[in-house]
Amino acid sequence: MSKENVLKVENVTMQFGGVIAVDNMNLTVDKGEIVSLIGPNGAGKTTAFNVITGVYAPTNGAVYYKEHKIIQNYPQGKMKKLYRGENPMTYTGQHAIAPTPDKITRLGIARTFQNIRLFKSQTVFENILIAKHMLRTSNIFTATFRLNGKEEAQMRRESEELLHLMELDDVRDELATSLPYGKQRHLEIARALATKPELLLLDEPAAGMNPQETLELTQFIGRIRDEFGLTIFMIEHHMDLVMEISDRIYVLDFGKPIAEGTPEEIRNNPRVIEAYLGGAQDE
Amino acid sequence: MSTKKKTAWNVGLIAGLLILLFLLEQVMPSSSMLFTVLKKGAIYALVAVSMNLLNGFTGLFSLGQAGFMLLGAYTYAILTIPVEARNSVYQYFDGGIIQFALPVPVALVAGGIVAAIFAYLIGLPVLRLKSDYLAIATLGFAEIIRAVFQWDKLGPITNGSNLLRNFPSFRSVLFPFVVAGICIALIVMLINSTYGRAFKAIRDDEIAAEAMGINLAHHKRLAFVISSFFAGVSGGLLAMYQTTIQASMFKSAMTYEILLIVVIGGIGSVTGSCISSFLFIACSEWWLRFLDNENFYIGGFHVPLLRPGFRKVVFAIVIMVVVLFYRQGIMGTREFSVEGIANFFKRKFGGNKKKKGGASHE
Repeated sequence: MSKENVLKVENVTMQFGGVIAVDNMNLTVDKGEIVSLIGPNGAGKTTAFNVITGVYAPTNGAVYYKEHKIIQNYPQGKMKKLYRGENPMTYTGQHAIAPTPDKITRLGIARTFQNIRLFKSQTVFENILIAKHMLRTSNIFTATFRLNGKEEAQMRRESEELLHLMELDDVRDELATSLPYGKQRHLEIARALATKPELLLLDEPAAGMNPQETLELTQFIGRIRDEFGLTIFMIEHHMDLVMEISDRIYVLDFGKPIAEGTPEEIRNNPRVIEAYLGGAQDE
Repeated sequence: MSTKKKTAWNVGLIAGLLILLFLLEQVMPSSSMLFTVLKKGAIYALVAVSMNLLNGFTGLFSLGQAGFMLLGAYTYAILTIPVEARNSVYQYFDGGIIQFALPVPVALVAGGIVAAIFAYLIGLPVLRLKSDYLAIATLGFAEIIRAVFQWDKLGPITNGSNLLRNFPSFRSVLFPFVVAGICIALIVMLINSTYGRAFKAIRDDEIAAEAMGINLAHHKRLAFVISSFFAGVSGGLLAMYQTTIQASMFKSAMTYEILLIVVIGGIGSVTGSCISSFLFIACSEWWLRFLDNENFYIGGFHVPLLRPGFRKVVFAIVIMVVVLFYRQGIMGTREFSVEGIANFFKRKFGGNKKKKGGASHE
């Protein structure tokens, strides 16, 4: 596998008021990898995701996608005085790049949410179909007057295929929120895949799942990586899942990355055991 | 049922309705209350559906409908008053500065376009707001527009606070039905397109919609502009129906009436808005009229309490009762359809009695 950077996070600091949620984070995700981000609650994992997906503009730092700079910011306005992070001058004076989340998704980075966010009043099929909207070439007039028949048919066909692949066709016309929890998670991943991403960000995909479901999810994630040629970057607490499928792991504590390495290295890293794993093993 | 068959059924129903209206007009006197209700009902149905597109399908709580109707009504009136009538209409402003008249359809569309342009401009700052704040901002906009149109300095165009009149109007009930029908059909086609799905996604969960690559600002603006366009057209129709217009007519109370229609019909149901619009207009204008009559006797019994204005008390109670029993509005988010009625009768097999139609999930 070639060592091509799909995602590179460079010196990213996210400071809310006086609180630093993510502190000078640096990480890379290579093509085809499954990389996990772990750490205790409140370590800033989801904040890091929100920075990468454009929900928050970072206080300082830059994010690259496939070697192109997609996000960049430096302390401005009030933050100039408040900023307590590192590298305050590195990006100053350059253009701030702050795309909205939809632009990030259109670049090819799709995500799921920690607390499932499906379209509640829509069916399973419609949830996936909505994600196809961003791939349209039709404008509002051609869409209204049904001059985009071919494209519409293609959207529907691809959504059907995806449903089939995700083993959701038996619940095709059910309301998304009426599904059992595990299936909702599957649907959320399916919906993210419908945008045809190259990089998939999963925010605690196994949250609230029992061991059996977690095992199934582990295989599922491995399978979609291979079938869709994806690169996967995920936050997860289930150590079984993380250790099983991750190629590399980053450990975050108090917003700062404290370790990086293969599952084996992380398992034996004393700092990680102290900050995170030790506590988990005591339970 | 196949899509083609459904379409055929719907087209058939609409054609049947129009023929029925045509026949009714031949038979009944044109002064009948029925036609008043039908005309006004059709116009309110259009504006209610346009409001539903915004409130019910995109989840933007806007209360600017009266303002956009005013823009449409004024644009229509100003552009269609015959040149020879302008001197008498604009008597305080030397006949006004516009000295031409456009054909009715062009002026109606122009009314929509003017409303849409204003919506675009207003939308730039206002659509950043959410829920209640958006409602307040749009309500404020409607009030400002109303005040501006009464301003003397704009008199050569708007005739100040004086009436605009003498513009062409319609006689047949078919005209508002056809125009409103076409507009509502367009809105339905939009809602069923990929853009409609994106609107519903925004309504359900903005954050998830954005994460699915839907540009929030762009789509909200689209919904706002399109909704305002159709509000503008219905404003033009309202001007035609009333034959005279004045800015002071388009009070916020008008927006509330429309909002009430949308809520009673079901937020997120097009057919619900249409049905409730006719019921609402019929109740407020026609069916409860007798309550205003102080000398109302049943047999020899003089019914107490009745006096001018009592109709409104009863009307308010009726609305409360409806809202209590239909929490989601008459239709909820379902749509009235031929298929729905067919299924209803299939379920009730044997009980083939006349009953109000069932409904199907869209």
